Amino acid sequence: MKLQTKLAWASAAVLMSLAGSAHAVTEISWWHSMTGALGDRVTGLAEQFNKSQNEYKVTAVYKGSYDEALAAGIAAFRAGNAPHILQVFEVGTATMMYAKGAVKPVSEVMKVAGEKFDTSGYVAAVAGYYTSPKGEMLSFPFNSSTTVFYYNKDMFAKAGMDANKAPATWQEVVAAAARLKASGEKCAYTTGWQTWVHLESFSAWHNVEFASKGNGFGGLDARLTFNSPLHVRHIENLENWAKQGYFTYAGRKNEPEAKFYSGECGMLTSSSSAYGNVAKNAKFKFAVAPLPYYSDVKGAPQNTIIGGASLWSMNGKKTEEYKGVAKFYKFLSQPEVQAKWHQETGYLPITNAAYEMTKKSGFYEKTPGPGVAVQQMIVKTTDKSRGIRLGSFVQIRTIMDEELESVWSGKKSAKAALDNAVLRGNELLDRFEKANK
Amino acid sequence: MLFCGAMNCWIVSKKRISKNLKTSQHRDTEGAQRTQRKTKASHFFVCLAFLLFFSVSQCLCGELSGFKYSLEVFLEKRARFRSAWLPYLLLLPQLLVTVLFFFWPAVQALYQSVLLQDAFGMSTQFVWFDNFKSLFADETYLAAFKTTAVFSSLVAVLGLSLSLLLAVFADRVVRGSSIYKTMLIWPYAVSPVVVGVLWMFLLNPTLGIVAHGLRHFGIEWNNLLNGRHALILIVLAAIWKQISYNFLFFLAGLQSIPKSLIEAAAIDGAGPWKRFFTIVFPLLTPTTFFLLVVNIVYAFFDTFAIVEATTQGGPGKDTEILVFKVFNDGFKGGDLGSAAAQSVILMSIVIVLTVLQFKYIEKKVQY
Amino acid sequence: MIERRPFLGMFSHFILILGVSLVAFPIYVAFVAATQTAEQSALAPMSLIPGDQLWINLQAVLGTGTSGNVASSPVGRMMWVSLVSALMIAIGKISISMLSAFALVYFRFPGRTLFFWMIFVTLMLPVEVRISPTYKVVSDLSMLNSYAGLTVPLIASATATFLFRQFFLTVPDELAEAARIDGAGPLRFFKDILWPLSRTNVIALFVIMFIYGWNQYLWPLLVSTEQNMYPIGVGIKRMIAGGDAAVEWNMVMATLLLAMLPPGLVVVIMQKWFVKGLVDSEK
Repeated sequence: MKLQTKLAWASAAVLMSLAGSAHAVTEISWWHSMTGALGDRVTGLAEQFNKSQNEYKVTAVYKGSYDEALAAGIAAFRAGNAPHILQVFEVGTATMMYAKGAVKPVSEVMKVAGEKFDTSGYVAAVAGYYTSPKGEMLSFPFNSSTTVFYYNKDMFAKAGMDANKAPATWQEVVAAAARLKASGEKCAYTTGWQTWVHLESFSAWHNVEFASKGNGFGGLDARLTFNSPLHVRHIENLENWAKQGYFTYAGRKNEPEAKFYSGECGMLTSSSSAYGNVAKNAKFKFAVAPLPYYSDVKGAPQNTIIGGASLWSMNGKKTEEYKGVAKFYKFLSQPEVQAKWHQETGYLPITNAAYEMTKKSGFYEKTPGPGVAVQQMIVKTTDKSRGIRLGSFVQIRTIMDEELESVWSGKKSAKAALDNAVLRGNELLDRFEKANK
Repeated sequence: MLFCGAMNCWIVSKKRISKNLKTSQHRDTEGAQRTQRKTKASHFFVCLAFLLFFSVSQCLCGELSGFKYSLEVFLEKRARFRSAWLPYLLLLPQLLVTVLFFFWPAVQALYQSVLLQDAFGMSTQFVWFDNFKSLFADETYLAAFKTTAVFSSLVAVLGLSLSLLLAVFADRVVRGSSIYKTMLIWPYAVSPVVVGVLWMFLLNPTLGIVAHGLRHFGIEWNNLLNGRHALILIVLAAIWKQISYNFLFFLAGLQSIPKSLIEAAAIDGAGPWKRFFTIVFPLLTPTTFFLLVVNIVYAFFDTFAIVEATTQGGPGKDTEILVFKVFNDGFKGGDLGSAAAQSVILMSIVIVLTVLQFKYIEKKVQY
Repeated sequence: MIERRPFLGMFSHFILILGVSLVAFPIYVAFVAATQTAEQSALAPMSLIPGDQLWINLQAVLGTGTSGNVASSPVGRMMWVSLVSALMIAIGKISISMLSAFALVYFRFPGRTLFFWMIFVTLMLPVEVRISPTYKVVSDLSMLNSYAGLTVPLIASATATFLFRQFFLTVPDELAEAARIDGAGPLRFFKDILWPLSRTNVIALFVIMFIYGWNQYLWPLLVSTEQNMYPIGVGIKRMIAGGDAAVEWNMVMATLLLAMLPPGLVVVIMQKWFVKGLVDSEK
């Protein structure tokens, strides 16, 4: 009897002490749009963070595609229960930024949490897209890619070209295309993400404006300017190449990548994040090179524009929760975490330290592909090449897609299409400006 | 038995098919008159509803006074139950859910059509009908009307005829009928989100098996650059799913036609085609009407996912149907004001279409 | 068969086989893709001969999510959520619609047409437009991330009410008259006469509504705030959504086949009752 009661008291005491030491873990919700293997890595990151400390718990929840997650985030905000962290694609940046009072910039989150935050360690061209003109970082860059050039080395060799020399200028691309066609290939060149590659990134790469006021960074009254003579010249070239059979249009997004890795098309311009897919599926030797440019344009090549998404924090949360968010961002910025993310996914590293670490490890010698993308971004940006900050950009992209398609199908001339796109796009910008006054 | 008897009488009075049936003559004329009165009453009810929702229906209202008399006669004749509270109680669950989860949010959503807001609703301005004005000034919006009209008619007509054909033959066949039926109903189980993707997979100019096959026949299939190909693609994907739905209901309708009727007609010497057009099809009209309305609503509202998965409105604007534009502008673009304005317009079109269907086509339906 | 028309008989079979192949072909392609490895299924064009990976793919998808990495929401759990939601939605919709249609057709009361059109107009506004305010209502009622939140807003169905209205209008008035003369109340009439007659329609509707509930995507995406309350529709879309990641078509198709099994079973089982119901009503 006595032993049993002693044991009972002992276990009770142990339980009570355990209960006493366990305190409430602050829950942080993170809504994202990463699918497949990427989604698993995101969950992995959250778990790694949770294991490394016991005050905060980040729960990663897949909330649909980028636009679905954004709509979900907005609906939740309007209902008063927004997530702590929301992954928003780059074209939604203006929407998030101009919503007065809905969003809490990263720099403010860090301030509220009492964390030191030095932005100089972040890659300028990557972080710059998400920074206000005053230097305040608005959102945390997470998965960024950029536009690069892929080519089929085996096909080049077969056509009698030097497989190790990538076409660097558009003039060289055309020459290569002609050789490929002559050697009997069906498709010489195709492109994914046509608006991103040939209008947005194209502008930054040549240090020309895509829209006025520094591509919109300067204010809501920015308007589109991508129907300049240089842009028209480039689209006209593509139009002629399409007619000659050098350029094959295969879709608005990443569908054309299949044409490349299936061996049908010899050259491809698309996102650097396609690398993994291409490497897995291509049964031929291929290489990655910087995006082609026009050698006769002064200031080219400058840098390309990033795509992908960043993490935003919403207003209306408790300080304790912001502390958790800040700690998570700090965790994500660690060189080891960044380097691993970059190497595994092909997304750009966001800190210079991670880039250096990856370089030192010899990663780029083993797999040269991802390094090319970084090279295009590790430069100082100009005010014309920092990025794009325009409202209604999802719809503007659709307009650009539609007008370009009418050029490829022969319905419109390049100049008419670009002029029309600028006209329609500016109407949307007028509306956005009025709505966000 | 009673049911069969009543149906038999009706047909006899209309078509004089057989004197061998056991009929009671006095029921025929009543049946015919009842049908007529029913449709006239429907006219009246439709008019009332239209008045309540939109004050656009002057022409319909003109018929009000003429039908009042027939309505009173009608109501007296129809067998109805009397209860002051039971109907309301029966309707309560559905109305409760509808008001809470449809009307209340819908009113808010439609109210946004006269507002200009940012995506988060942090700043709101009242702009009267500016949203509507800018829509009608947009030539691409007007082009979408034509595309939608073509698309919806194709989907409704082709979908209904194909499924009717299949249902009729499935009903005829004795051996293997259940296999056919299962195979034909199963596509409906595929989520709409996936239907578009499946057809994209098949018809993708690069990866698609069917695209490859077409190329063997000399057809350069390219839905990325050829607007007509793109339209065919979305019509195909939309119909594929609806065929199962229509088939299921046509089959239910066909199988509820008593075999004795058909046998009687056969004994009388009517061949299969004659039997179809004089007995089967008229008896199917309630189902056909139901499916017609449902298919048109489907083509107008539920095909968004298919367009999104396959052509995204392209190439250019060749496959941009109205509902796709609503979704694109509102959900993806965050421009809720414009999307709400477009929805108001879309809603009005479909309501008018539906009312017209009730008014003119239900006339031909035989209950 | 009533008479022997061999040509017509063969022709029927021919048309049916043609129809079935057109309709079933995409599903066959999905099946073949599910039996291949990721590279095989991404070939252009994919081979039409089944591979041997079916069991492996199914295992991967059921247990560990794709890529065998950290378990995303396992397909098993998602299918359970889908099953419960689908059953709740189907049964809920059919019950309240039948009652409403009964009230609308067999009673005369003020506001009758108004109520019919009120119910009918719910078909006319696409859900995407009103999704944000609906979400707010559900949130205010504290129904987020629950089966109630997933199913109740979807239960008001105009299609079911409309179908029952059509059907009840075809039921001869003599039956109702007879019931009234016999002294039976409306509920008795409903239970003893109307309900047995409606069986085929109820079954057809059950199949349709079950599948509708089973395939839900957008609404659960918004309403569920935790991944273990996601139905299978979300799981499938999640694997296709593309963007930057590669689509593993073989896994997608394997999940698709799994997702199609329960609705397929429902269809097959319901077919038997279909026939039984018809045989009964012939009496």
